[in-house]
Amino acid sequence: MWRNSPHSYGLIAILFHWTIAILFLGQIGLGYLTQITTGDPRLQFDLYQWHKSLGFLTMVLALLRLAWALAAAKPRPVPRTSRLEAIAASLTHSTLIAMTIFVPFTGWAVASTSPLMIPSFAFNLVLVPDLPLRRSEAAEALWSNIHAYLAYGSGVLAFLHATAALYHQFARRDGTLTRMLSPVSQDVRRGGTPAH
Amino acid sequence: MFKTLLIAAAILIGAGLAHAQSLSELRGRYTIAPSSEIAFFVGQVGGGGIRGRFSRFSGAFELHPDDIARSNVTITLEPASVATGESRVENFLRSKAVFDAAAHPSITFRSTSVRPAGPNSAIIEGTLTARGVTRRETFHASFAGRQGRDIAFRVVGEVFRSPYGMDVGTPIYSNIVHFDMMLQGQPI
Repeated sequence: MWRNSPHSYGLIAILFHWTIAILFLGQIGLGYLTQITTGDPRLQFDLYQWHKSLGFLTMVLALLRLAWALAAAKPRPVPRTSRLEAIAASLTHSTLIAMTIFVPFTGWAVASTSPLMIPSFAFNLVLVPDLPLRRSEAAEALWSNIHAYLAYGSGVLAFLHATAALYHQFARRDGTLTRMLSPVSQDVRRGGTPAH
Repeated sequence: MFKTLLIAAAILIGAGLAHAQSLSELRGRYTIAPSSEIAFFVGQVGGGGIRGRFSRFSGAFELHPDDIARSNVTITLEPASVATGESRVENFLRSKAVFDAAAHPSITFRSTSVRPAGPNSAIIEGTLTARGVTRRETFHASFAGRQGRDIAFRVVGEVFRSPYGMDVGTPIYSNIVHFDMMLQGQPI
């Protein structure tokens, strides 16, 4: 139930997946909003602080998820998956997990290099120290660009990932999506007993 | 050595007496000279903060050294003239998020009462009008020196910004604005 089985994701993996997916995609939207609200500096300031708080949360969860993923065996690819498909899926999953850590990290670098020196006070609760980077307008602009391109690029990758999952689920009917929705469905359907 | 000390002490005492004697001569109206400084500081979580100053202001004060309570002061500053050394911070402060300098081009303080706080200092109470809000605020003024007929006062005070609709950024940035002013008065 909690841990992955050979055919299904465990509840921990499923919760990590959807929590981080919602946070990460929400952050792309929120990040975009910070760029189009220059006409309302107060709103823009507040959106930036939410973006930073949620970004740190995303990064912490993504690091925990990475530890969990490395400690647990991944379910095997669904039957009738070609070798190429398996490699593509594995590469996509690894890249997305890496991006959920690295994109927030580049945002942290933006805050750390900005001459504005606005403290990172996550959720007005946790004072996050800045990374030991040199502050300059140029460094801030560079990290901002890296942050934005990686974020939007990851958004495209997440879209492809979701499209592939939907294709498997509804065109091939192989249960790919279902096994990321419920920890027991696959095992029960296969007549096995749910892993506890 | 002892003699030198003695002479130095005599000079100091003499200067002190001269100061006391001449205080009544200082009675009169003064304009606040552009050479004055109006600086402020807003602390931030984790230490440090935003330091800035206003470069455009005007005002006048009336000094009654023998009866301090009859003294008064009025000062108006232009929030658009804020300087912090970082243009993005300045633009933010001028914007609707903080001063809304376009709609409210001036911030004014008018004293309503002055009472002595010590031999060379006074508590100044008055009304501060900023961003369309008028509230009572208190500042502490102390004599900082004179040069010819010009006179200088250091004025410090703490003002909460949230009542003036300028609470953006709290609690990352403190709600308290520390003012530190060196007002140079020139007799009118």
